[in-house]
Amino acid sequence: MGANGHHESFPWKHIIGFVLSLVLTFAALWVALSSGLPLKAVIVIIVVFAVIQASLQLFMFMHVNESDSGRIQTFNMAYSFFIAIVVVAGSIWVMQFVL
Amino acid sequence: MGEVAHRYDETLPLEYRTQESRLNILGFWIFLGAEVALFATLFATYLVLFQRTGSGPTASELFEVKDVLIETLLLLTSSFTCGLAIFEMRRGRLAGLLAWLLVTLLLGAGFIAFEIREFIHYVHEGATMQTSAFLSSFFVLVGTHGAHVSLGIGWMILIIIQLLQRGFTPKTARKVFIVSLYWHFLDVVWIFIFTLVYLLGMVM
Repeated sequence: MGANGHHESFPWKHIIGFVLSLVLTFAALWVALSSGLPLKAVIVIIVVFAVIQASLQLFMFMHVNESDSGRIQTFNMAYSFFIAIVVVAGSIWVMQFVL
Repeated sequence: MGEVAHRYDETLPLEYRTQESRLNILGFWIFLGAEVALFATLFATYLVLFQRTGSGPTASELFEVKDVLIETLLLLTSSFTCGLAIFEMRRGRLAGLLAWLLVTLLLGAGFIAFEIREFIHYVHEGATMQTSAFLSSFFVLVGTHGAHVSLGIGWMILIIIQLLQRGFTPKTARKVFIVSLYWHFLDVVWIFIFTLVYLLGMVM
């Protein structure tokens, strides 16, 4: 079981997660507004940053993979993200022929 | 009761000790999976429609970097302090837990205040839900998230009251843990709103 009773006295995991989240937020802001990269590159980079930051929340803050059902929880969330990608990307793809 | 008691595991953190709690936490994760699917449909609607601005303002005319950044930092920090609350709970420190939950609540309330201010500002500029397909889908997506945060604030207040009345028990610990999962999840959704609604809206 990952959720053990004894643990460290300082919340390093949370602080690292928070600092990285801040860095990713400001990096995404810079890429979007000041980098001057082409639009497609901007979109790919900021979406990748968002996925990394969401993973940080899930693993560093929410401990998705802890406890006996950690694998089920992780698989459940991975599957829900798969559904989300299918719904979002699929809708954009199919609707570009309609609108 | 006998069956639950014999699955009681002293070596685990308080919120995981009874089998019922472990199943509640797993069940909540499955609920969060369903929430991802809910928000996915709203994101899909928004991303399909966000360039359909009709005679109303476009995203880049409407969004202000500063306001969005303040909201983002408030919610991100509240997610961090909520994590610290759980950290304190696992050290068995009730005062620390309550203090961090209170900070989380205040940051969450600050987020909601800024969001309401933002929406009122848009409406004053003539950008209402009825103005265009872009704004309908925008207000539904961001508003659904805001409603979730508001619900989370009310929920967390009730949990704090229970903690003050009952202290640490396997039940209150499990309730705190589940509301913390919900709170972190709201920040996960916001990361994508920040990226796909605001940043994308400002560059396109």
